Amino acid sequence: MSKILIRGAKVLGGAPQDVLIDGEIVAEVGDGLNAEGAEVVEAAGKVLLPGLVDLHTHLREPGREDSETVLTGTRAAASGGYTAVFAMANTFPVADTAGVVEQVWRLGKEHGYCDVQPIGAVTVGLEGRKLAELGAMHESAAGVTVFSDDGKCVDDAVIMRRALEYVKAFGGVVAQHAQEPRLTEGAQMNEGVVSAELGLGGWPAVAEESVIARDVLLAEHVGSRVHICHLSTAGSVEIVRWAKSRGIDVTAEVTPHHLLLTDEMVRTYNPVYKVNPPLRTERDVRALREALADGTIDIVATDHAPHPHEDKDCEWAAAAMGMVGLETALSVVQETMVDTGLLDWAGVADRMSFAPARIGRATGHGRPVSAGEPANLTLVDTEYRGQVDPAGFASRSRNTPYEGRELPGRVTHTWLRGKATLVDGKLT
Amino acid sequence: MQRHLISAADLSRDDAVLILDTAEEMARVADRPIKKLPTLRGRTVVNLFFEDSTRTRISFEAAEKRLSADVINFTAKGSSVSKGESLKDTAQTLEAMGVDAVVIRHGASGAPYRLANSGWIDAAVINAGDGTHQHPTQALLDAFTMRRRLTGRDAGLGQDLSGRRVTIVGDVLHSRVARSNVDLLHTLGADVTLVAPPTLLPVGVGSWPCEVSYDLDATLPKSDAVMMLRVQRERMNAAFFPTEREYSRRYGLDGDRMARMPEHAIVMHPGPMVRGMEITAEVADSPRCTVVEQVANGVSIRMAVLYLLLGGNEPAVTHARTTEEK
Repeated sequence: MSKILIRGAKVLGGAPQDVLIDGEIVAEVGDGLNAEGAEVVEAAGKVLLPGLVDLHTHLREPGREDSETVLTGTRAAASGGYTAVFAMANTFPVADTAGVVEQVWRLGKEHGYCDVQPIGAVTVGLEGRKLAELGAMHESAAGVTVFSDDGKCVDDAVIMRRALEYVKAFGGVVAQHAQEPRLTEGAQMNEGVVSAELGLGGWPAVAEESVIARDVLLAEHVGSRVHICHLSTAGSVEIVRWAKSRGIDVTAEVTPHHLLLTDEMVRTYNPVYKVNPPLRTERDVRALREALADGTIDIVATDHAPHPHEDKDCEWAAAAMGMVGLETALSVVQETMVDTGLLDWAGVADRMSFAPARIGRATGHGRPVSAGEPANLTLVDTEYRGQVDPAGFASRSRNTPYEGRELPGRVTHTWLRGKATLVDGKLT
Repeated sequence: MQRHLISAADLSRDDAVLILDTAEEMARVADRPIKKLPTLRGRTVVNLFFEDSTRTRISFEAAEKRLSADVINFTAKGSSVSKGESLKDTAQTLEAMGVDAVVIRHGASGAPYRLANSGWIDAAVINAGDGTHQHPTQALLDAFTMRRRLTGRDAGLGQDLSGRRVTIVGDVLHSRVARSNVDLLHTLGADVTLVAPPTLLPVGVGSWPCEVSYDLDATLPKSDAVMMLRVQRERMNAAFFPTEREYSRRYGLDGDRMARMPEHAIVMHPGPMVRGMEITAEVADSPRCTVVEQVANGVSIRMAVLYLLLGGNEPAVTHARTTEEK
C-alpha cells in the first residue's frame, strides 16, 4: 500500500498539521511533512478524527436483507465516517450462537468497508429465559465481547444478574435495552402531554428508568460492568450519574436522534418518527446533551435501524420502530453538541471513537491520531451545510427523520487501516 | 372550512357554529315526507370501516343517502385488508374507482390523518373515529344536542355554548369521544369537567383545556349536561378499577345522583350504553336522557359535514318547489 499525506487538517479540531499514512499505519504527524511519493489529500480547514466507532448498529443480515445487508450497512458506515460497527444480535436467525456471529463477522471482513464486530444475544432467541452460549461466541473467530438482547429488555432480574456475572470471566459486557415490558404493553410513543392528545399508547419514562436503576445496583452487587443502550430520559441521566458517583462500573449511550428530536414531531403521525425508546420531551433532550457533554453519558451510538419503505408508509400503529442513522450521526452531533458549544472536536473524538472502542474492546480502533497507530481516520468538512437527501444514502433503507432538514458537516474521507473507503464523499 | 375533517380541534368557532346551523337545516329535511336532497347527486362516498361500528356506519350511510350520494360500504372483514393489504393500497384502490370522499373508521389513532396528509389520495377524508384519538362528528352531534336542549332549536341558531357547564364521566383514557368533546366544547366556549378514577385519565391530561375531578357527586350540581362514557367491563381485568360494582358505586349515574343535577340538566351518552355499569336503566330511560335524540342528530350533523366538505357553494336546502340542477 502506498503513502497518503493528509495536508493541513485540524487534528481533533486543533492546530493544522500534516498526517502521513504509510501502509496501514500512521507514520508521522507534524508540520510540513515531505509529500514525496505520497498521494496528497488537501485538508485545509477540515477536521481529522479517529475513525468513528458505533456500538449499536442493526445490519439486518441474516434474515432481513430487504432492509440492509452487511455490505450496504458497512458502506453506509464508511460514508458516515465509521471504521468499526457493532452489529446487533436481533437478526433471523438470532445471533445467539458462534455460527451466526462468525458469519456476520466474515461478511464484514470480506466486504472491507468497515470492521464488523458482532454483538451476541444474551439469551437464546432473545427470549429472556435461557443464557445463550456467551463463552462460545466469545471464543469464536468473531471474538464477541458485547452481549445484548437489544429490542427486548433482559427483564428477568436473575437472568440479568447471571449474565452480568458470567461475562466477567472473559471481560465481556452486557448492553441492556432498558424497557420494563408490562409498563410498555402497546406503547407507541412517549407518555405525556402529546400522547394524551394523540391517543397513542404511552411509553413512560419510568419504564426505562426503573430497569436502569435495578441494573446498576445489580452490577454493583456482583462487581460487573454494565452498558445502558440508548438512554432517552432526564431521569435515566440522573440514575447513571448517581451510579457513577458511587463507583459503579456503568457506561451509557445516547442516539443522535434523542439529542435532536422531541415527541412533538409525532403530531404528524409520520412513522418516520417512530422509534424505540421513543422521542421524548425538550427537557429530556437538554438533559441528554448536558450529560453527553459532562461525560455522564459516555458515547453516541446510532441505533441505525433500517426498515423497508412499506414498513413506514402506513398508519402509525402498524409501522416498525427505528431510524437509519449511520450517515447522519456526525452531522447531528455537530449540530447539537459542537455548534452549540457543548463539546469540542476532541470531545466528539472521545464520545464517538475512543470511548465506544474502549467499551466494546475494539482492538485497533479508537486510537489517538499519532505515529505508530492504525490509520483508521475520518476527515470532516465542518463548514459544509446541506439538506439531507435520503436518495443519496448508501444504506439500503431510507427511513431517516431528517429528510430535507439542513444539517452541518460532511464526511469527505474515511480510511480503514490506511485504505480509503470514502474519497471526496464517494465510496470506493 | 377545511377540506378534511380529522379532529374536532381543527374547527374554529365559526366553522363549528356553521356546521351546527347547517345541521338544523338538514334536520328539517327529516320532517319532510320525502327525506332526500339532490345535493350530492353523482358524487361517490365510501364508508371505509376497519373497525366494527354498525351505528356510526349506518348513521353516515343514512346521511349520504339523504344527500343523494352514491354510497359504497367497505368493511375490513373478509376484504383484502384481512389478507394483509395496506391502508395505502386500499385507499388508492378505492380512489381509482372515483371516490369523492372517504369516511374512515380505524383502530389506529392517526390513520385518517395519514390518509389525508400522505399524498396517497386526493379525496376528502372524514374521520369516523380513530383509535383513542378523535371522533369529531360525535362531538358535533353532542354539541348540537346540547344547543337544542339548553338553548333551543331556533334560539340556538348562530350561537355557541358559552358558559354551559359540561361534565364528562368515565373512561377518558380510552375515549376518542372525550378527546373530541373537550376540544370542540372548549372552542364553543363551554366549561368542561372530566370525572374519572385517576387510572382512566391519561398522563398529560393537565394540559387539556378543562377541569379534572375525581368526585362525581361534587360536580353534578354544577352541570348543565352530564355525558356518561361507556366503560368496558374488561378494563377491570387490567386493574383500572377493582370491580364493576365499585365502579358503578363511585362513577355510575343512578336516579339518586341524577336528582342532584339542576332541573334543566340533561344526561347524554354516545352509546352503546352498558346498563348497570355506568348508567342505570332508570336514568337511561328517563326523559332527561338524550341518547335517542343524539342518534337522530347524528344523521343531521353528518349530512351537514358532508355537504360543507363536498357540496361547494350551492345552498344545501332549497325551499322552492323541486330542485332543478344546471
